[in-house]
Parts: sequence; C-alpha cells; structure tokens
Amino acid sequence: MLQFRPWQLFLILGVVVLGAIFAAPNIVSKEKLATLPGFVPKTHINLGLDLQGGSYLRLGVDTEKVITDRLTSIRQEIQRAMRPSGNRERIVLEGQPSLNAEGVITVRVRDAADVEEAAKRVRDITRGGVLAATARPYTVSVNGERIQVEMTPEAKRTYATEALGDSIEVVRRRIDPSGTKEVSIQPQGVDRIIVQVPGDNDPEALKQLINRTGQLSFHRADLSVNPAEAEAGLLPPNRMLVPMAASEGGGAMVLYEEAEVTGDMVEQASAGLNSDGAGFQINFTFDSRGARRFSDYTRENVGEIFAIVLDNEIISAPRIQSPITGGSGRITGNFTPEEASRIATLIRSGALPAPLTVQDQRSVGADLGADSVRAGTIALLSGFAAVIVFMVLTYGRFGVYANIALFCNIIIIAGFLSVINATLTLPGIAGIVLVIGMAVDANVLIFERIREELAAGKAPIQATELGFSKAFSAILDSNFTTFGAAFVMLMLGVGPVRGFAVTLAVGVCSSVFSAILITRLLAGGWLLKKRPASINL
Amino acid sequence: MKLLKIIPDKTTVPFTKYRWHALALTAISFVVAIALLVKPGLNLGVDFRGGITIEVEDTAPVDLGQVRGAIGALNLGSYKVQEFGAPNIIVVIVDPANIVNAQGGAGEEAGSEADEALQAASTQVQDALRQTLGEDITFRNRSVVGPTVSGELVNRGVMAVVFATGLMLVYIWIRFQWQWGVGAVMGVVHDSIITVGIYALLQLEFNLATIAAILTVIGYSVNDTVVFYDRIRENLQKYKKMPLAELIDLSLNETLTRTIVTGGTTLITLLALVFFGGEVLRGFAIMITLGIIIGTYSSLFVASPFLLLTGVKRDAGAGAQAAAQTP
Repeated sequence: MLQFRPWQLFLILGVVVLGAIFAAPNIVSKEKLATLPGFVPKTHINLGLDLQGGSYLRLGVDTEKVITDRLTSIRQEIQRAMRPSGNRERIVLEGQPSLNAEGVITVRVRDAADVEEAAKRVRDITRGGVLAATARPYTVSVNGERIQVEMTPEAKRTYATEALGDSIEVVRRRIDPSGTKEVSIQPQGVDRIIVQVPGDNDPEALKQLINRTGQLSFHRADLSVNPAEAEAGLLPPNRMLVPMAASEGGGAMVLYEEAEVTGDMVEQASAGLNSDGAGFQINFTFDSRGARRFSDYTRENVGEIFAIVLDNEIISAPRIQSPITGGSGRITGNFTPEEASRIATLIRSGALPAPLTVQDQRSVGADLGADSVRAGTIALLSGFAAVIVFMVLTYGRFGVYANIALFCNIIIIAGFLSVINATLTLPGIAGIVLVIGMAVDANVLIFERIREELAAGKAPIQATELGFSKAFSAILDSNFTTFGAAFVMLMLGVGPVRGFAVTLAVGVCSSVFSAILITRLLAGGWLLKKRPASINL
Repeated sequence: MKLLKIIPDKTTVPFTKYRWHALALTAISFVVAIALLVKPGLNLGVDFRGGITIEVEDTAPVDLGQVRGAIGALNLGSYKVQEFGAPNIIVVIVDPANIVNAQGGAGEEAGSEADEALQAASTQVQDALRQTLGEDITFRNRSVVGPTVSGELVNRGVMAVVFATGLMLVYIWIRFQWQWGVGAVMGVVHDSIITVGIYALLQLEFNLATIAAILTVIGYSVNDTVVFYDRIRENLQKYKKMPLAELIDLSLNETLTRTIVTGGTTLITLLALVFFGGEVLRGFAIMITLGIIIGTYSSLFVASPFLLLTGVKRDAGAGAQAAAQTP
C-alpha cells in the first residue's frame, strides 16, 4: 500500500513537473516569451477584465428586425412583379399586399383567372435566397383569390445567424479597425454579442461606435415641397421627410425615397481637415459601381441639391457644382475632429444588419484592477502561510508532508489553468484561496485516521496504511459534493461565478490527487526507510 | 516536538441530546430569516435589480451633498450616493424602476427600449459627475445592467441553487440511502435560508457573487455531512447493537478533530480574504466565513440527528454495505 511501483512514481512526479513547466510562462515576461523556441509552452493564465481593467458589453441583436426587413422587401417585390413589364401583363390586386405582425404576406388577386399566374410570379420571387440549394426559404399557399407567403423557420434561423455573424464583423471593424487590440468579440446564444476590451478605455466611446446602424445613402432633394407642409401630411408619393443634423443647422428636408448611391458602394473613408473652410470633413472613395452611378447622377443634375443621409439624418446637403467623375468625394459640414473620424469609421465599417442594444455594461478602471491583484496576492500568501504553520503545529512531520503536497497542488492548479488558457478573475483568486484552506481536508481525514489506528495499538506502518485506505471513501464522497457544487456554478453561472467555479473545480480535483498520492509517497517513503518504532502524530 | 491537541482524547459531546434544542433554534431562525426577507427584504445588487452603479475616485474628498444635488437634478428616480472605502471614493447607485417604467408596456420591445434608456441615463450620470467634480475624476467601476439581463440572472441564480441541491440529494441517495439524502438536503435548506436571512439582516448587497457564496457553503456543508455519514455508516457495521443516538454521537466525536481542523484551515484562509482581499471581495468572503460556521453547525446538529427522525435500515441494503466495505 505504501510502496509505489516505479511507473506510479514516475506518473506522480510527471504530473507535478508538467504542472511546473506549464505554470512557468506566467512568471516570464511576454517579450522574453516570444524569443523562446517553439517547443516551450507559451499559454498562460490571462487576467480577467476585473484585474487588468477594461470594458465588457453585452449587446442584443434585433434579429426580428432583420427578418421583418427581409419580408418588407419581398412584399415590395411582389407588388412590382404584378405590374406590366415586357411580355408580362398587369395583374390587378385587391389593395396592396399586406404584411401582418406574424410575418405573413397576403396578396389578394381581383380576378380569379389570374391567381395561377400571380402565384407563379410570387414563387419566382420567393425562390432562392439563403437556402436556395436545400429548401425553399418561403412557403407559398393559395387559397381562393388569396396568396399567402410565409418565411420558413429554417430560413428565419439562417437569416438570424447571418445577422449575428455580420454584426460581429461590423462591430470588430468599428472597435478594432487595425486588428491589433486584444479585443474579444464573441457570439452568445442566437442573438447576443459579448464584447470585451481590456485596458483603460472609455466605455462611453465604445457605445457611441456600436449603437449606430451606420446606414449611408445619397438622395436627390425635392425642394418643391415645403418641409413644414410635408410634416403636416402633405408628402407626395415616393418622398420622405428627413431631419437635418444639428451641425447642418437643424430643420428638415424632403428627399426622394430612392437612393442614388448607397453606403455599400463606398470603399474607403477617412477624416481630414476641411480643404476650404472651418472644421473637419470626411473623404471617401466609391467602388467602380458607385463611381459610375455617382458620376452619371452628378452629370445629369448639375446645380441641384443632394443630401447625404446617415442613419436617417442628413449630415450634409451640398449643391452639385460640377460633375464628380473621379470616384471620390468628400462630406463637408461643420464637424469636430471626433465626429469626422467617428463618421468615417461608421462608413468604412459598413452598416449593421440590425440595430444593437447594450444590455449589460461593466467596466473596471486599471487602478482598481491593480489594487485587486495586490489584495488578492496578499490574501493568497497570508492564507497559505497560516495554513502551513497550522498544519506543522498540529501534525508535525506529517504536516510538513501535507504542506509539500499543498505546494505541489498549487503548482498543478497554476499549470492546468495555464494550459487551458483560463482567465483569472478576482472571484477566481478567492476560489484558489478557499481551495488552499479546503485542500488539507483530505490529509486531515487521513492523519486523524492514522491517529485512531495508532491509538488502537497498531504499528506505525500498518496504522498509516489503514489510515490512507479507510479515509478514502470519505475523501471521495466529500470532494465529489464540492466538485458538484462547482460544476453547477460552471454550467449555470455567468461572469464572476464562472471564474470562481473554474478554480474551485480544478482545485478540488488536484487537491485529491496531491493530498492522497503525494503525501502517501512522502510519508510512505520515510516510514519504509526509517521504520520508526513510533511516530509523533 | 509536542503537537497541538485540538480536543482531548475521549471527548464525548452528546450531540443528539441537543437535537430538540437545535430544532427549536433552527425553527426560530427560519421564522426570523423569512420575516427579514419580507421586511426589510434583500438588498439586491445591480446584477439582479438592474440599474446603474458607478464608482468614482476624485483627487480630493468628495462633497456627497453636492453630488446628490447634481444626480437628483437629473430626475432619474431614486438614487443613492455613498462613500466607498475612502472619503475621495464614492459610489452612485441609480434605481432603474422609473427609467424602465417610463418605457411602459411589456414584452421584448419594451425591454430593449428600457435597456437603451438605461444606457442613456448612465451617460447623463457620468456627465453630471464630471460637471460637479471636475474632469480629473477617474471612473473605477461602471456597471449598467438592463432589465433584460437582470431578469435572466435571477432565473439562473435560483436554478443553480436548486440544481446543486438536487445533484447532492441524488448522489447521497446513490451512495447511502434515501433517508440520508433527505437529511443532507435538510442541512442544505437550513444553510441556504439562514445565509439569505443574514443578507437581509445585515443589508449586504445580494449579487451574483452571493450565489457563488451560497453554493460554496452548500458544497462545504454537504462535504462535512458526508464525512459524518461515512463514519456513521462504518460504525453501523461495526456496532450492530448500539442504539442509533449513541452511535451517531460516537461517530461525530470520532471525527470532531477533523471537523475542527478543516474548519480551522478554511476559516484562516477566509479571514485572510476578509482582511486583505480588498473591498470588492469583502462581502463575499464574510459571507462564506459565516456560511462555513453555519454549515458545520447544520451538519452536526441538523443533518446527522435527522437520521434519528427517519431512522436507517440497520441491516442496510446490499448496496450500502458494499459501499461501506470498499476501502
């Protein structure tokens, strides 16, 4: 029982040495680590945002809106398809196609003879899309003169997933355009994004970059309609009333609904000094399609006013002085440098498929983080020291063995957390401190058993053997329950709770290993070598 | 070297004799704890209540009255401004009820509008703080939790405690017998209710970390209970004729040193956290410290004597015997 086979010995020492090797990168600086050869393990424990400072944002993606937008545009397409074009004849509808709150588009055909042709046109439009290859994204059902179109659940899921992925990309381009920061942007569930930005930063600035859709479009202005009348309801068809940005003097302007050029045709945008006036401007370049469209449009409309609309607000409304054919342009207005660079980032990163809502925002200053690291380290060291003294006073030589096991335990925990590249949070440190206190439990159980066996008159070696074997079932059962609690926290917990649970779970496992095997190895080795007649325990 | 003797050999504390006293004490503390939960109720933290918590450090001591005036002028509803650890550090807490209710309605739409309104309010609060205290303040900690998130966190927290308790019941049921499982769960219920009651009594902030604290206490308490049960089971095999009450007392006394030593080392490390772990962890560490004491008490006086109430099968099922005989 106390004797170990060589391979067992090798295994136990191996685990401790591996723990030490994997824990080592944590005490080497990052610069030094980069210079070491490839076979040296480099993963280390990351400090959580609460320890190094930083911001955490949880964003909700309005995937419902993506689907509604999609259905709205399908509804418009259906309406257009009923108009005459080429050799197609007009199909007369009973009113406009409608879209209800459940996402069902209803088309009423006036003449029953047209229903078949109308349904064919609807099917043509609703074929294809994201799921073209595998299934139809829409179901089309005909009921008398009524045609109903509904999006299938799979298509809804696919659009939602795409919207989530696209949103993450856009958010990344906005927060970290150069791709150099240690920013983590992860999906959570089906409609949420977790953004974590370490270091000292202003969460307010982050929010301003994220909570705008970034929809850019160029529209023809209709100066024949008075904005005040338009507001009173006298808006001609295909026109819209759009407010002017405060930097443009406020008010509103009537624009044609149809966009001449849209933001997705803009390739590049940057902020710069206004070349002829005060303030800053945004310089941009179109892609080839945008350049052609813009050049055609400006050539035909010299002298007219056009409006640049960003997220339903006119940010600039210049008069076309001469055709702009070079494929580039600028947005002038009385922008501050921050505004100009923010707008440039928005344009460059493209539009979000759906608006994002900040649901949860946490941010910790770097000072507080540093304070926490210091406090956590002091608590860890003082707790460790106190336990060591206590164990030696209570169990003498065996207490020293238990302390060596405890030390190995900490090394194994650190090594394991490094291998899995875990994030250490303040509650995580608390977990380790607690594990140190509880880790000796297995040894205490064993030592108390040995004491009992000695009191019953057993010889030291036999008493020790019995102590280890009899304590085993209690150690197993009791640690399983603690592990169970940690496991539940890991599964159901969020944020701080998970950080605590990870270290607690890892700590429980490694403490059983080190308390049973390492202590037995040390105590057994001593007993078998010295064969003392009595032990002081 | 003379080693520390925690308790004298042959200690015999008649634990089960006190079971009725313990029961009375438990019953009274249950009633008190539940009364405290009704009034004054739990001091829910930003995680569960939603809302804005902002911790600010200024270069000079902060005039709390001035800050209160500035925050009050924003008309965001109820709010608190307190010193936090030092006179130049304050924490501003804004209750979201008014902001959220102003959105009216229910459902997902209203939830996301309320989330947005809350974010806007937090910007207002930060601007007001800068105006009042000057630009050289640093924001140490900013949390803005919308109603969407807080509702979800409450669900998860309650689920975690219920699920952990269920898991332990099942495990002990499998390893021992159902009577033992019920006894252990009685201990868990005792620990949870009293811990939560203490939160209400001291008006400590009840947040996500609290759930972790409760789960840790549950884990520790069941850990203790299982060690006792293991010994009781072993003694049931050894002393076939001994009355159950006497046998339980014997088992608890035999393991008493272990109870005290393990409790002691755990408490030492927890006290290190309480005194040196910093402001952020203090509430959490205090709670686990109290919880460990409560958990140990419940294992000794609630979970173990509970076996007298339900009784145990002495010629226990084969499974339990086999388990007891495995080394």
